[in-house]
Amino acid sequence: MTPHILTRSLDRAATAFVLLVAAVGVLIPLSNLLLPQGSMFQVPTYLVALWGKYVCYAILALSIDLIWGYCGILSLGHGAFFALGGYAMGMYLMRQIGSRGVYGNPILPDFMVFLNWDKLPWYWYGFDKFAFAALMVLLVPGLLAFCFGWLAFRSRVTGVYLSIITQAMTYALLLAFFRNDFGFGGNNGLTDFKDILGFNVQAEGTRAALFLLSCLALIVAFLICRAIVTSKLGKVLIAVRDAESRTRFLGYRVESYKLFVFTLSACMAGVAGALYVPQVGIINPSEFAPGNSIEAVIWVAVGGRGTLVGAALGAVVVNYAKTFFTSGPLAPYWLFMLGALFILVTLLLPKGIVGTFNSWWETSKAKNGSPDAESAAREDGVGAPNPAE
Amino acid sequence: MNVMDTRATSAMLYLDGVHVSFDGFHAINNLSLTLAPGEMRAIIGPNGAGKTTMMDIITGKTKPDEGTVLFDGTVDLTRLDETRIAELGIGRKFQKPTVFESQTVQDNLLLALNVDHSVRGTLFWRGSKAESERIDKVLETIRLTDARNRLAGSLSHGQKQWLEIGMLLAQDPKVLLVDEPVAGMTDVETHLTAELLKEINKNHTIMVVEHDMTFVRELGVKVTCLHEGSVLAEGSIDQVSSNERVVEVYLGR
Amino acid sequence: MWSMVQNAWYGLSLGSVLLLAAIGLAITFGVMGVINMAHGEMVMLGAYTTFVVQEVIRTNYPALFDYSLLIAVPLAFLVAGFIGVLIERTIIRFLYGRPLETLLATWGLSLVLQQAVRTAFGPTNREVGNPSWMSGAFELGQITITYNRLWILCFTLAVFAILLAMLRYTALGLEMRAVTQNRRMAASMGIATSRVDALTFGLGSGIAGIAGVALSQIDNVSPNLGQSYIIDSFMVVVFGGVGNLWGTLVGAFTLGIANKFLEPVAGAVLGKIAILVLIILFIQKRPRGLFALKGRAVEA
Repeated sequence: MTPHILTRSLDRAATAFVLLVAAVGVLIPLSNLLLPQGSMFQVPTYLVALWGKYVCYAILALSIDLIWGYCGILSLGHGAFFALGGYAMGMYLMRQIGSRGVYGNPILPDFMVFLNWDKLPWYWYGFDKFAFAALMVLLVPGLLAFCFGWLAFRSRVTGVYLSIITQAMTYALLLAFFRNDFGFGGNNGLTDFKDILGFNVQAEGTRAALFLLSCLALIVAFLICRAIVTSKLGKVLIAVRDAESRTRFLGYRVESYKLFVFTLSACMAGVAGALYVPQVGIINPSEFAPGNSIEAVIWVAVGGRGTLVGAALGAVVVNYAKTFFTSGPLAPYWLFMLGALFILVTLLLPKGIVGTFNSWWETSKAKNGSPDAESAAREDGVGAPNPAE
Repeated sequence: MNVMDTRATSAMLYLDGVHVSFDGFHAINNLSLTLAPGEMRAIIGPNGAGKTTMMDIITGKTKPDEGTVLFDGTVDLTRLDETRIAELGIGRKFQKPTVFESQTVQDNLLLALNVDHSVRGTLFWRGSKAESERIDKVLETIRLTDARNRLAGSLSHGQKQWLEIGMLLAQDPKVLLVDEPVAGMTDVETHLTAELLKEINKNHTIMVVEHDMTFVRELGVKVTCLHEGSVLAEGSIDQVSSNERVVEVYLGR
Repeated sequence: MWSMVQNAWYGLSLGSVLLLAAIGLAITFGVMGVINMAHGEMVMLGAYTTFVVQEVIRTNYPALFDYSLLIAVPLAFLVAGFIGVLIERTIIRFLYGRPLETLLATWGLSLVLQQAVRTAFGPTNREVGNPSWMSGAFELGQITITYNRLWILCFTLAVFAILLAMLRYTALGLEMRAVTQNRRMAASMGIATSRVDALTFGLGSGIAGIAGVALSQIDNVSPNLGQSYIIDSFMVVVFGGVGNLWGTLVGAFTLGIANKFLEPVAGAVLGKIAILVLIILFIQKRPRGLFALKGRAVEA
């Protein structure tokens, strides 16, 4: 990436966000490891893992915002890419268990022994190597997205039709991964992980490192998205979002643009899933449930679609609320609240928290007669998503 | 080479025997039309005469059931999609002004420039002096220099029409298809638009669809009247407007 | 030979269930263009209405049990239809022309409705009984046909026929078609478009409620009942072609029969996955479904 792309993508808000994530990524693990337990400022290990989960969700939210907020592609199947990345990592972690499993088979994971399989299916080959697994984390979701997108965008499946078939896609995968003979642990999924790259996954140090890595991944994903949306490519994406057919008549090959961001976005979702699995310690087919994907979309809507910071923020806020409510006496009401959130955000806050704040900020600046209000709006390069889309 | 062939190969746009029907409704019925290089042609006709559908066919949005559509004498447009046709050099302004509302006027023009349109090209794009000069020039021509940093969605209706014409200029196609450019404009704006189109016509071929007869008269070019998907009359504005059938189906007595 | 007939019968039976679940969606999505993700929950409400009706009958008028479904059908229509009108008036009408937002809001609504039913009736399956005329089976050659499946097939076709007749011959049907074809023109001719919107949505929801009555006879009545039908229903409507009731009919039976013929070859789950993949591929080949509308009207 050439430097001019970096300077262009890092405006004040973006820099602040990167610094914030970096600070969180360093401070939380440090306080967890260095401060004595019971100290007021010590972050307990379970919280490190919990926040690590939020950070992974934030990456997933970014990937959804990139295609929905900027290109108008509403995928209701992004949970599938997240889960596929998670399974790729899970397979590596399963192979690392080796002979420490219940059945003590050095090669076969427990569930295969349980099913009386005598050898490893071919698609499990190579997952004992971390590098291979890491490659698959990007490649499998990316390839699926590429094939799916190639078919869908070329035949101009758009809008709700696309949303519905992405939902069908994740639903089909859900059914498939539930099957025992599919070879991914069926109902129970993959769990009981022991270590990652030789470090115990349960250890505080590993958890802290995973948290730091997740924050780094969030920063990288954010910078990639920023670089894209602030480039001319980003302007084309917004053009596609607001008036697809018009963009075509200007001589842009719309399907190539969509395919590019869709595939990239799927890879990002895969990475998020891969970082998620060692921190929560399990991956099972329920991650493919269509409801999960739709819930991820609402994080973006709450934070503000078409604003990258908003998407990441929305993921953290909604999930924090979920943890807070579902662990308290209000648990039975959480689904009411989540449902109401969907309805209220779409009706009353279509731009989301950050989007609404941005437009409020700009109008108040314009009222104060600040001459650069309009140019600030331009540098954002985003504008409000067209509600007609 | 027979007569037909020369007519086809020397034409900028050549339509012959084109048919399109939607669910049994014949939108275009044996339509034949030729546009010479450098020509400006006005298309009139009642609603449903097939004017917009004709533009859809030329720009690849709609595929004809049968007939020939040639560009620049040799290129068969019926085989190509919108993107390819736009790349070849056919630009279009829509009936309802369609600009990218959430982007600035300047960015609208930037997007329209006929430079590298590939994903890679736009990702690693850096503005050049030549590009910004071209944008400045277009902004001046369409009188939107002061509005360059405004969001296109905040422009008035007439300004949007002009911005869209400006996008055509930035695109710099060989043929411009302009659908109802003066709808909703004031008399002064209409007059200015006519002047603008005449100016553009100096080095572009243009096809204009318009209902405003004063505007068509002001253009002073050959007029084709469509009715029920085929050509009803063709000639100067005076010839066409005195044609019995045209008066009957379109102008009214 | 007889196994083919058996498969065909199962396919018709599954097709009728799919059609029943999708037919209301064909109105709200197909005719109005509203993506109602809470459609499945309307079906669920119909099923719970049946449950309540049967409970009341069991405790108060046990002799009437055989008529419980006849009583439940109009009630389910009213309950689901009323809630449908309520949803249209309070949520959906603010989101016309914004299909993706409608999708999200109605998904949220489906969560609320599920949770409400879960709170009121508990999370477990509720027992809904078959009246005597729907129990049992008879033999036809070498295949067994159960009465409840047969009745559901007949019932589905009847609902379909009534709906078609309603759209074609009643004033509301005429107004509905007018509003969906040209809203502004309809408004200027004195049709109260917002009233028609609400009634159309109510009609679609009401039919979903009726579907719930029938489905309560063959499926578990639980808060998740609707969830299992929503993706299938969308597949049927999209496959058949949006805005075309006959397309929905053909789509439902095609998918039902294809599913049942694939099942013995590939197994139930793989068969379903295969169908989903085939539909995804099909939509990409023909994005507007089997019976697609063409022309400029499509864009509008």
